[in-house]
Amino acid sequence: MHAEGLSKRFGEFEAVRGIDLSVRRGEAFGFLGPNGAGKSSTMRMVACVSPRTGGELRVLGMDPNTRGPHIRARLGVVPQEDTLDNELTVRQNLHVYGRYFGLSRAQVRAKAVELLEFAQLTDRAEDQVEPLSGGMKRRLTIARSLVNDPELLLLDEPTTGLDPQARHLLWDRLFRLKQSGVTLIITTHYMDEAEQLCDRLVVMDGGRIAAEGSPAELIAAHSTREVLELRFPPGEQQGHVEQVRGLADRVEVLPDRLLLYTGDGEAALAAAHQRGVRPVTSLVRRSTLEDVFLRLTGRSLVD
Amino acid sequence: MSIDLLAPPRAGSTGRAVGALRAIQLVVEGHWAWYRRNWRASALSSFLMPVLLLVAMGFGLGTQVRPGPATLGQPYVVYLAPAVLVAALVQTAAGESTYPVLSAFKWAKTYWAVISTPITVSQVFAGQLVWIALRLLAAGVAFLAVAACLGALTGPGVLLALPAALLAAMAFGAWIVALAASVTNEGTAFSAVFRFVVLPMTLFAGTYYPIDRLPEWARPVAWLTPMAHGNALARGAAFGNLDWLAAGGHVAYLLAMLVAGLLVAHWRFRVRLRV
Ligand SMILES: Nc1ncnc2c1ncn2[C@@H]1O[C@H](COP(=O)(O)OP(=O)(O)OP(=O)(O)O)[C@@H](O)[C@H]1O
Ligand SMILES: [Mg+2]
Repeated sequence: MHAEGLSKRFGEFEAVRGIDLSVRRGEAFGFLGPNGAGKSSTMRMVACVSPRTGGELRVLGMDPNTRGPHIRARLGVVPQEDTLDNELTVRQNLHVYGRYFGLSRAQVRAKAVELLEFAQLTDRAEDQVEPLSGGMKRRLTIARSLVNDPELLLLDEPTTGLDPQARHLLWDRLFRLKQSGVTLIITTHYMDEAEQLCDRLVVMDGGRIAAEGSPAELIAAHSTREVLELRFPPGEQQGHVEQVRGLADRVEVLPDRLLLYTGDGEAALAAAHQRGVRPVTSLVRRSTLEDVFLRLTGRSLVD
Repeated sequence: MSIDLLAPPRAGSTGRAVGALRAIQLVVEGHWAWYRRNWRASALSSFLMPVLLLVAMGFGLGTQVRPGPATLGQPYVVYLAPAVLVAALVQTAAGESTYPVLSAFKWAKTYWAVISTPITVSQVFAGQLVWIALRLLAAGVAFLAVAACLGALTGPGVLLALPAALLAAMAFGAWIVALAASVTNEGTAFSAVFRFVVLPMTLFAGTYYPIDRLPEWARPVAWLTPMAHGNALARGAAFGNLDWLAAGGHVAYLLAMLVAGLLVAHWRFRVRLRV
């Protein structure tokens, strides 16, 4: 997948403002960004369902404007919102969807058995979709996206609504797909998901790319090695900002905490104590993608 | 380095883009999969309604109507049967073109699912219209079978009434599909269609009595409706009293309405789905 100056306008509003991207075959690539950053808009253009308003885009080496059906034939798509047919059974959803990819009845029947197992929905196969739990529907949507053995899999917030066990199971499956050469493009609000799955990711904000790199590179470039978290009774944190100034490279003020970005968290904590700062609790930890995100977008991830 | 540490070679995707006709067929197949599980309610209303109408009006009210020039010399129930066919198909077309279409955009989101496969927006649209036409065809055949059993049909001419009714119903349905593709909630639009278009059309466009019994000013309005032309064609086919010129006029009017409706509806589909 290759994009240059890719943009998307809805009327006057520009949701994606000229982004440059390249995802190599076999890579796992992630989009992070706050709500409304333009992640889904970008994904829909890559999925060849939303025409671009500007720039260049090639997916599997082809132009979505002219070769949409041929590209989509080789894609798997998990949209942010489920589009299952609630009035059909779980199995029928896989059958009907698979047929659109030109698969024979025998092929979709065999594939459905395999995918039901994959999504751990075999015992619900003949049930109608409507009453299934949100997480089960999500798993079915993901299973459905694999019906054509896609070469490129687009996952828009795949694990939102899944319980921890199902998430870990899905990560394991996605990892194996990646091992077998499938290219993955994922949007997520979960840092651990991005760190686990993505070789490379971008942070998007306001329709632009704010940063790009591997998780480790992003942390190195946009955060310090360690973070000191000082927790105060709600509302009192603001009063201590002056006291800790100068102890760290950067101080971030959250509703109940101060985050001090520094190379040496323990030293900063000792210094803070010396200045008479008495937090309720304190914690020294390594920087994560969450910190990069906070730095770049000024927002926490799950808002 | 050992070879089995490498990722296994992976064959390409099994998916492929099928031809346009096959794609439309697959979309119809998708509707059929849904229908097989949910046919009862819609089949009942699209079949039972016209049969009840024919029985109540044709045999009930019909006892009060003497065959004469206004009924083309036929018993009232026989006069009525081809037009009830038209009215039934137009009503079914309205039903099939409103909620099911809006739902596929909005609640069930079926269209969104289908366009993420190799199927295109145009093929989704064509499949939807073919599906509606097939539903109408089935409803029409079922109605004619019952009407024949009730002795309300005169001869094989009614077989020609079926395509006439289908044409009129699709000419109307295409515009309703365009409407359903344009509204964001069912609110007033759909009930307005049923109350202020379908119902008056059934009452005044020549179903129960000839249009020339209307006041002079109302006749051109009645002739704007597809139902009036459908009725004229269906009765003409059933009773063999239509000249070719008039038939050509009715067909041309309905075809023009159908084609224009299809173009508008297709455009609305593209506007809504290709965002
Ligand atoms: N069909 C549309 N018409 C008009 N505006 C739209 C449309 N789709 C998206 N937008 C706008 O584009 C912006 C980006 O939306 P998008 O869904 O791409 O964000 P996102 O990064 O996926 O956010 P989230 O994390 O909430 O899913 C938003 O401001 C949204 O309101
Ligand atoms: Mg989104």
